[in-house]
Amino acid sequence: MPKDGGIGSSTKRREDVRFLSGTGRYTDDINLHGQLYAHFVRSDVAHGKINGINADAAMAMPGVVRVFTAKDFEGVGGVPCGWQITSIDGSPMQEPKHPVLAEGKVRHVGDPIAVVVAESLGQARDAADALEIDIEMLPAVMDMKEAVKDGAPKVHDDLSSNLCYDWGFVEDNKDAVAKAIADADHVTTLELVNNRLVANPMEPRVAVGDYDMANDEHTLYTTSQNPHVIRLLMGAFVLGIPEHKLRVVAPDVGGGFGAKIFHYAEEAFCTFAAKQLRRPVKWTSSRSEAFMSDAHGRDHVTKIELAMDKDNNFTAIRTETYANMGAYLSTFAPSVPTWLHGTLMAGNYKTPLIYVNVKAVFTNTVPVDAYRGAGRPEATFQLERVIDKAARERGVSPIELRRQNFITEFPYATPVAVEYDTGDYHATMDRVLEMADHAGFEARAAESKKNGKLRGFGIAHYIEACGIAPSNLVGQLGARAGLYESATVRVNATGSISVMTGSHSHGQGHETSFAQVVSEMIGIDATQVDIVHGDTSKTPMGMGTYGSRSIAVGGSAMVRATEKIIAKAKKIAAHLMEASEGDIELKDGQFTVAGTDKSVAWGDVTLAAYVPHNYPLEDIEPGLEETAFYDPANFTYPSGGYACEVEVDPDTGKVDVLSFSAADDFGNVINPMIVEGQVHGGVAQGFGQAMMENCAYDADGQLISASYMDYAMPRATDLPMFKVDHSCQTPCTHNPLGVKGCGEAGAIGSPPAFVNAVIDALHRGGHKVEHINMPLTPDRVWTAIQNS
Amino acid sequence: MQNFEFVRPTSVADAVAALKGDEAQPMSGGQTLMPTMKARLAAPEILVSLTAIDEMKGVRKDGDQIWIGGGTTHATVARETAESFPALSSLAGRIGDPSVRSRGTIGGSIANNDPSACYPAGALGSGATIVTDRREIAADDFFQGMFMTALDEGEIVTAVKFPVPQRAIYQKFIQPASRFPLTAVFVAHFGDDVRVAVTGASSDGVFRWTEAEEALKGNFSADAVSGLSVSADTMISDLHGSGAYRAQLTKVMTQRAVSALA
Repeated sequence: MPKDGGIGSSTKRREDVRFLSGTGRYTDDINLHGQLYAHFVRSDVAHGKINGINADAAMAMPGVVRVFTAKDFEGVGGVPCGWQITSIDGSPMQEPKHPVLAEGKVRHVGDPIAVVVAESLGQARDAADALEIDIEMLPAVMDMKEAVKDGAPKVHDDLSSNLCYDWGFVEDNKDAVAKAIADADHVTTLELVNNRLVANPMEPRVAVGDYDMANDEHTLYTTSQNPHVIRLLMGAFVLGIPEHKLRVVAPDVGGGFGAKIFHYAEEAFCTFAAKQLRRPVKWTSSRSEAFMSDAHGRDHVTKIELAMDKDNNFTAIRTETYANMGAYLSTFAPSVPTWLHGTLMAGNYKTPLIYVNVKAVFTNTVPVDAYRGAGRPEATFQLERVIDKAARERGVSPIELRRQNFITEFPYATPVAVEYDTGDYHATMDRVLEMADHAGFEARAAESKKNGKLRGFGIAHYIEACGIAPSNLVGQLGARAGLYESATVRVNATGSISVMTGSHSHGQGHETSFAQVVSEMIGIDATQVDIVHGDTSKTPMGMGTYGSRSIAVGGSAMVRATEKIIAKAKKIAAHLMEASEGDIELKDGQFTVAGTDKSVAWGDVTLAAYVPHNYPLEDIEPGLEETAFYDPANFTYPSGGYACEVEVDPDTGKVDVLSFSAADDFGNVINPMIVEGQVHGGVAQGFGQAMMENCAYDADGQLISASYMDYAMPRATDLPMFKVDHSCQTPCTHNPLGVKGCGEAGAIGSPPAFVNAVIDALHRGGHKVEHINMPLTPDRVWTAIQNS
Repeated sequence: MQNFEFVRPTSVADAVAALKGDEAQPMSGGQTLMPTMKARLAAPEILVSLTAIDEMKGVRKDGDQIWIGGGTTHATVARETAESFPALSSLAGRIGDPSVRSRGTIGGSIANNDPSACYPAGALGSGATIVTDRREIAADDFFQGMFMTALDEGEIVTAVKFPVPQRAIYQKFIQPASRFPLTAVFVAHFGDDVRVAVTGASSDGVFRWTEAEEALKGNFSADAVSGLSVSADTMISDLHGSGAYRAQLTKVMTQRAVSALA
């Protein structure tokens, strides 16, 4: 039984006190003296030529300080892209400029054209109505397959086409895969769409720019998952501000889900304008703006082929995916359909040959980038859907087909360039079937049938690559950044500790779980440890939080820094007790000398470090503060089995989710309650994608689902009580905590479980429906039944 | 939102007078108008609040009818009609969420006649009478198409009078994003009369499914409707459902309403 506050304890989240009592400090809570308000004027057409902007009338309106347009940004860089992909033919991806404000053309509904800065937000909005903007509409590029045809209108006139890149992976395997498919006993083919989503964090994006003329220092307060990344991208590539003159603060952040990883034009604008105007400039996104300016997620159209031999062993997989980039390349957009997707196409299965082709396409839509799971949900969905279809075609159980092809020996090198260190997929399958009472399903299905309902059981397994990522590897793959993490452990004179981490918490509970790790290592109470994050002036250069990396990479950096602290503290303790350093032991906050009754307390040692009257100054420096940077040796590979039971009303197509069970293998777990909460949230988001959420455009490029009136977010009442379990644990072999990461699992593993359950229900009702594209709205399910 | 003048009269007469002003607009709970103004899609010069008019509030017996003041909130209707008219109470109690129900009013909903609103189905399905500052209008004559009513400029819905059916039910299938009805049906049985009103489905707004009414008068059972269908041609077709789907829901919701009552 772990002690409260220690590793393995479901310690209550300390940050919730301020979140639940309304005393959190979010970016919008920051108001600076003399602050001005920015209102972005955005395109209401998908594609158009800007013939002219007349701001005279707007400038004359009350309270208006200045109207900015693209011509104010001459000499300022574009919003950069952080990952370069190379096409099959060896050419680099096409990388268009992404100006802070639209130059010459608008390329999606929501593309910012001008910004009115005024004394109040109301004045800025009133003046925006007086702006005269002359836009000549151009045909919108919407459908990806049409967009890459010869003669299609171009999103960017200076590019050769709308094709960003054409990526093949592993290109050397292409012919062997083609041969295996040609020679297969059976090939199951499935075409599917991974629907476009809007992240919808509860807190919309906010930016406050400030400029200190006396010291030529800039500060940006922003809703970011990674303030150092913003500082680097914006300082070096957009505004030309050296890092020592630019501070980026991301205080309490109300959810990110990926959409707050990226550097956005509004951040650069507020920082730039604050210096131009010598006054702080604030922008707060409305919910309507969020729909058309936060990076969207997913949006893949895929054909997958699964080849099998006569005994149903998987022999090859081939996929062809069109991935929507939107109108511009968002920060990590090119990596999502490639390295975060292609490398996961092996899933939990020992398929010897795999070939993934991805065509990334520009369209007149909001840029698409990472959203909870990022590439891995897309891979998992294809694989877990095609396996269910294959099982049906071969007349075998989808559970047994999975089991038969599970990878069972580790480490396992996949044919798509990654090596799984550990896992036990039969264990998670056993566990989830038990949790879901699979054995009792047929009886329940019979009961539903009596009531005129169709009951279905869906199973899915997933593997994900988390703990992103070994820097040297991602560098070879095109990343323009390292993906290590940092931590500084600062021990104060009386023994309390401040940990400055490069990870960023925007709901994950780091302040609690990170403190559990450090306090346990030293043996002091967790309340003696505070976690500091989200300010480039306080924390060492860190890469932030995404890709389920914080405990695996950020946590490991903390462990390394704490190990250095303990090593130094032992030297001091040895001096104080006149013992040999090798004999010093640290337990429960007490240093002892092995084989004696000598001891000194943690606080005596820390005090000695800062009041070095009796101190080995000839050997070590005073003070007790250490920094570590941790670069992982490999990704981590969480995995799990998810089971879902649904009931379909055949008259209305309505699907009720009756139960959902998740058996995850996250390796070691620091705080089980927080881990379970992460799975709950991830599964709810997976449910949203599978059953409700749909970011939809019409043929003219208008965003139809531009508010909560049409974009359906899941609510608690839509969901059953989840059963979650993480008792199957195969610890990670290459990080000090043996942890794998849990943030994205639910969103990765659950969509195919939901869809598989519905398709199973329909087949049990005699409706030969092979696939329905997400979201499985009542209308779509009913229509599929009618067409079957 | 743009600036406007705000007046809050305490009598119907004063409200009517205030609405004679240029670009004046009445507002009751503001659950539709406020978001529209915030989105700058409406910019009245004078906003005439109807929330301080006591004579437009409350629920009371009026002979064999129930009188509900136009300024009565959904929450109040839900509470006050729970015993006298459970179907109406259930309809009111399922509109929006608690904050919408505590602000939005029956008069505002009926005057707006959103094609997906709940109250128009309740009023039309019950054969209610819409009382205004100057006349009484039968529900059958009041609702005239999507966002269209028989109201004249500046005319205020001061009350709605409901005859109480022997039995009635409101069967709602929600649009998953807005939680408005994707299609909902109010079925009321009065002695030898049956009324079936459908909301959310038609591009003409709330309508009576007269074919089903006739069939149910002879045989009040779900089977009586099973051979019928409504045309998909005039149904709304959007992101959330095709016309054919809404036509299907009209039938299924009607059958379920009847089954629940029978």
